[in-house]
Amino acid sequence: MNDEKLSYLRTIANKIRINAVKAVYYANSGHPGGSLSIADMLAYLFFEEMNIDPGDPKKADRDRFVLSKGHCAPAYYSALALRGFFGVDELKGFRSVDSRLQGHPDMKNIPGVDMSTGSLGMGISAACGMALAGRDKYRVYTVLGDGECQEGEVWEAAMFAAHYRLDNLVAMVDFNGLQIGGKITDVMNPTPFDKKFEAFGWYAQVIDGHNIEEIANALENAKQMKGKPSVIICKTVKGKGVSFMENNAKWHGSAPNEEQYKQAMKELGGECDV
Amino acid sequence: MSDKTATRESYGNALAELGEINPDVVVLDADLCESTKTVYFKKRFPDRFFDCGIAEANMVAVSAGLAACGKIPFCSSFAMFAAGRAFDQIRNAVGYPHLNVKIGATHAGITVGEDGATHQCLEDIGIMRTIPGMTIINPADDTEARAAVFAAAKFDGPVYMRFGRYAVPVIFDRATYKFEIGKGVLLTEGRDVTVIATGIMVDAALTAASLLKTRGISAEVIDIHTIKPIDRNLIIASAAKTGAVVTAEEHNIIGGLGSAVCEVLSESRPTPVIRVGTEDKFGRSGKVPPLLEMYGLTAGNIVEKAVRAIALKK
Repeated sequence: MNDEKLSYLRTIANKIRINAVKAVYYANSGHPGGSLSIADMLAYLFFEEMNIDPGDPKKADRDRFVLSKGHCAPAYYSALALRGFFGVDELKGFRSVDSRLQGHPDMKNIPGVDMSTGSLGMGISAACGMALAGRDKYRVYTVLGDGECQEGEVWEAAMFAAHYRLDNLVAMVDFNGLQIGGKITDVMNPTPFDKKFEAFGWYAQVIDGHNIEEIANALENAKQMKGKPSVIICKTVKGKGVSFMENNAKWHGSAPNEEQYKQAMKELGGECDV
Repeated sequence: MSDKTATRESYGNALAELGEINPDVVVLDADLCESTKTVYFKKRFPDRFFDCGIAEANMVAVSAGLAACGKIPFCSSFAMFAAGRAFDQIRNAVGYPHLNVKIGATHAGITVGEDGATHQCLEDIGIMRTIPGMTIINPADDTEARAAVFAAAKFDGPVYMRFGRYAVPVIFDRATYKFEIGKGVLLTEGRDVTVIATGIMVDAALTAASLLKTRGISAEVIDIHTIKPIDRNLIIASAAKTGAVVTAEEHNIIGGLGSAVCEVLSESRPTPVIRVGTEDKFGRSGKVPPLLEMYGLTAGNIVEKAVRAIALKK
C-alpha cells in the first residue's frame, strides 16, 4: 500500500471515530468504546476492500457486511455516511424518535445496511446464509465482538461455515478484551480465539486491529485461502483514540458529557460544535 | 374421503414439488429431515438442501441471511425447537426485518405421542402470534397443508407453518379446494352455535357438528387455517348469526386460536366463547387416541362446550 492511500485510510478511520463520538454525544446514549475499536477495520472495509456502491446500495453482486456486534452502530453509520450512503448530518439524529438511525442497525430503513442486528450471535449466522447464497458471486464480511463470542450461536455458525466451506466469508473479531461487565477473561473467558476457530476448521490470523496495513494483508490472505472461512482476530483497544475512554469498560455503553465531548473532539481533531 | 395423512408428509411432498417450480427455494433442517419429511426435497435437490445439525438458532439466522440475498428458505425442525429454542432469531433476524423466511414446524402439539411433554409444543402459536408481521398457518389436513406450502412460497414475508406427526383424515378435495392466506373456510352452516377450529381439530369439529345435529342443535363449523392475520369478518359474521362460539385447537387455550377469536369478538361483537384446547398443562407420553381423550381434544368435548356456550347466550 502506498503512503498516500495509507494516510487517506487513516484519515477516514479518524473521521469515523469523530462522527461515532458525535452521534453518541448527541443521542446522549450509545456505545462509544467498541465503536472506536472497530473504526480502522470499517475504514478499510468500506473505503478499500468491499465492492459496494452508495448510488446503488442494493446492487445484486455487492459484497455484504454484517455488524454482528450491532451495538457499535455509531461507527457503522459513520462509515456508511462518510462513504455516501446518506448524509453525515443525519448522524446527529442517531437514536432519536424521528430518525431512521435506530440504536441498532435496521436493514429495512437504512441505506447500506445489509442485515438487522443487535441481538448478539445472530449476525455471524446471517452472514453464513449470505455467504452460502453468494458463493462464487460476492464476499461477505462480519465484525464480531470478543464478548459476543460467549454466545453459543457464534460456535454453531462457526461449525456451519467450515462444514459448508464458506471461503467467501470473513469474520473479524474485535478483540479489545472488555465487555460491559469488565474483562472478558474475568466475565467468561472466550479465549483463545484463534485456536478455537482453527479447531472449528477456520483459517485464523491474529493482527493489530488498528494497523491498516495488517488489516489489508490479512484480508488479502483470506482471499487466497480456498475451502475455508477466515477469521481475523483483531487486537484492539476499546475506546481507541480518546484517552479517557481507552481500556475502560465504563465506556462500553455510556455517552460523554459536554466537557468529555469537548476533550474527545480535541484529541481526535474533530470540529467541536458545542 | 377416509384416507389419512400426517401433515408433515404433506409438507415434505409439497416442498419436493415446489423445488421443481421455483429454483430460489432452498430447504434447511436441523438433523430431523427424516422426521420433518424435508428428506423428500433433500433427495431431489441435494445442492439446495442444507443440514444445519442440531443447531436451530443458527439455522434460523442462516435462513435470514439467505432470504436477504434473494433465496426462499424453508427451515424446519420440531415446533418446540423452531418456535421455542429459536424465538430470538425468529423475532430479531426474521420478524424485525420482515425477511422472506418460511418456518416449517412439524411435530406440533400433543399428537407427537410417546416422546412426551418436552417434544409436544403447545405454545408455539401463542409465541409466534406476538411477533409483528408474522403469518401463522395451521393446516387441517393433507390438502390444506400442501396448499399452504405453495401459498407461503408465493407470499413475500415470514410465515410460520405448523404441521403434525400423526396421520389425520383428509377433509378437502385437492381438485376443488381453494386456499387463501388469511381466509377462513366455512364448512357447514348453522344457527345455534359456531365451532371455530384449526389444525387437527377441524375434523373433530365436523364430527361434533354431526353429533350436535342429533340433539337438534345446528352448528356452524369454520376452519381457521391462518391464525394470523385472522379472518375477522368471517368470525364476526358467524358470531353475529349464532350468538355462541366454541374454539378448538391442539394448543394451550392461552395464546392460540381461542385467544385470537376472543380478541376479535370482545372488541367487535361481544359473544360468549368457550375454548377447547389443552388447559394450561404440559403433555405426557402415550398413544395419541388416549392422549386426545385425556386432554379433551375430542368431538365429545366440543359438543359439551357447545351446549355450555349456548347456555351462556343472554
